[in-house]
Amino acid sequence: MELSNNLVRKVVIPLIAIAIFLVVWEWIVWINGWPNYKMASPSDLGPAFWKYRVLFLEYGWDTFWRTVAGLGLSVLVGTMLGMIMGFSRVIREGLYPLLVGFNAIPKATVVPVIALILVGLDDLNTILIAFLISFFPIAVSVSIGLSTLEPEYRDILRSLGATRLTIFWKIALPKTLPEFFGALKVAVTLAFIGTNLMEIVEPHGKGLGHLFDSGKINADYPLMFAVLIALAFLGIVLFYIVVFLERIFAGWAERD
Amino acid sequence: MSEIELQEVSHEFLTPDGPFPVLEKISLKVPEGAFTSVVGPSGCGKSTLTRLISGLIKPTQGSIKLGGREVTGPIPTVGMAFQNPVMLEWRSVVKNITLPLEIVAPKMPAKEQEDRARELLKLVSLEGYEENRPSELSGGMRQRVSLCRSLVHRPEVLILDEPFGALDAFTREELWQIMHSLRDEEQITCLLITHDLRESVFLSDEVIVLSDRPARNQYTTKIDLGSERTLDDLYTPQTTEQLAVLRHQIEVAQGRK
Ligand SMILES: Nc1ncnc2c1ncn2[C@@H]1O[C@H](COP(=O)(O)OP(=O)(O)O)[C@@H](O)[C@H]1O
Ligand SMILES: [Mg+2]
Repeated sequence: MELSNNLVRKVVIPLIAIAIFLVVWEWIVWINGWPNYKMASPSDLGPAFWKYRVLFLEYGWDTFWRTVAGLGLSVLVGTMLGMIMGFSRVIREGLYPLLVGFNAIPKATVVPVIALILVGLDDLNTILIAFLISFFPIAVSVSIGLSTLEPEYRDILRSLGATRLTIFWKIALPKTLPEFFGALKVAVTLAFIGTNLMEIVEPHGKGLGHLFDSGKINADYPLMFAVLIALAFLGIVLFYIVVFLERIFAGWAERD
Repeated sequence: MSEIELQEVSHEFLTPDGPFPVLEKISLKVPEGAFTSVVGPSGCGKSTLTRLISGLIKPTQGSIKLGGREVTGPIPTVGMAFQNPVMLEWRSVVKNITLPLEIVAPKMPAKEQEDRARELLKLVSLEGYEENRPSELSGGMRQRVSLCRSLVHRPEVLILDEPFGALDAFTREELWQIMHSLRDEEQITCLLITHDLRESVFLSDEVIVLSDRPARNQYTTKIDLGSERTLDDLYTPQTTEQLAVLRHQIEVAQGRK
């Protein structure tokens, strides 16, 4: 009873909701008699996916790996910045306004600038935007995690003669992991947006953003909607990869 | 076991507003295996005193010796427990207790480290909680784990900074008894900071009252309750008298009398 109840709540009801949504969508397109160059209906999506299946795989991979690379760069640089700011108050207070100001710049305006500076290097461009848009939450969360470490933790180890590195490794780092993963969930979504932004604003023949753009040029609504759904799917996959890593590395922080 | 000896220890913190004197010519001696409590107004410099003895900070003046040797920096023969029993929430209880051994005796096999932790857990009546997460423990249980952690590497000197301060009265009395049994089993010289006069009397051989900041030695008294103590001993005429004197001294220290 418990189990089947859970199954109904977590699987059956969401599936019904999706089904209703698709039916209503199909119905609206049908009742208005919209042609494909005006609006797509769910029944058009299957054929669109099938027709462009090779491109979907190829471009999907472009978007995926460049997002992951940008995010990886964010993790590296963000963690490093966070560590520096977390350990030194002077640096934290010095860097904070700069970072906040930088973060406030709408990244869509940075896209053409980067594309212009690094003209032709489209992989690097895209990764760079994904990185620029997503490192901020990581840097902030790591610095907050480190600077709010209770002094007792440090004292216990330091009174035994432990080095700073040992204290960082045994306590500060694991203690910061829950905050880090919280930020990483935000960052992965941001990096994904960054990748798409570059692909759509400065099309260079790669990525799902490019596929979307060509759908737009040809008024191929089924293709555009298929791309949107592929993007949503990819976004979900990326997000759950982070959730999965969080379970492994910071599962202890979960409260029931 | 080794004795703790402070001679005319003074300490000033350097702050943006100039030097901030916290301790002034504190002298005290805890003989090998003895238990001394330090009481004093809040903010007078008691925690600073513990940080000096454990070598976390250096005194502005005076000398601090453990077992006859001058303290110049952190030494692994000291164990510490604080009011806030911080735990590594991602580790089991046993793995929290072995933490000091990982620093002090990294070569010691994990099995041996854990056996030592289990032995201490038994002493504080926490058998069966070895594999629990700290978040599953009550405040009193966490403090007991924190005591085990401070003792796991067989320190010669144990420094306790208001470890029972945040506990309710009954839990606190329970921990006093546990403290006594730990003393029977583990060879330690102990310095306890507390703001509970009954606690200081019940646990120690000597109680030192410090004045308000900058703290100076104000009053010292021996406690002659023997080594077998029960809570009833706190209500004999003799201890009642002693507690009254201590209370008076605290009021003087606070400048209320
Ligand atoms: N690192 C520090 N720098 C400057 N002042 C400090 C520092 N640590 C403690 N103090 C000050 O020294 C005084 C004594 O602190 P503390 O030893 O913690 O008192 P107690 O433990 O007796 O309550 C307090 O006024 C506190 O604000
Ligand atoms: Mg204190």
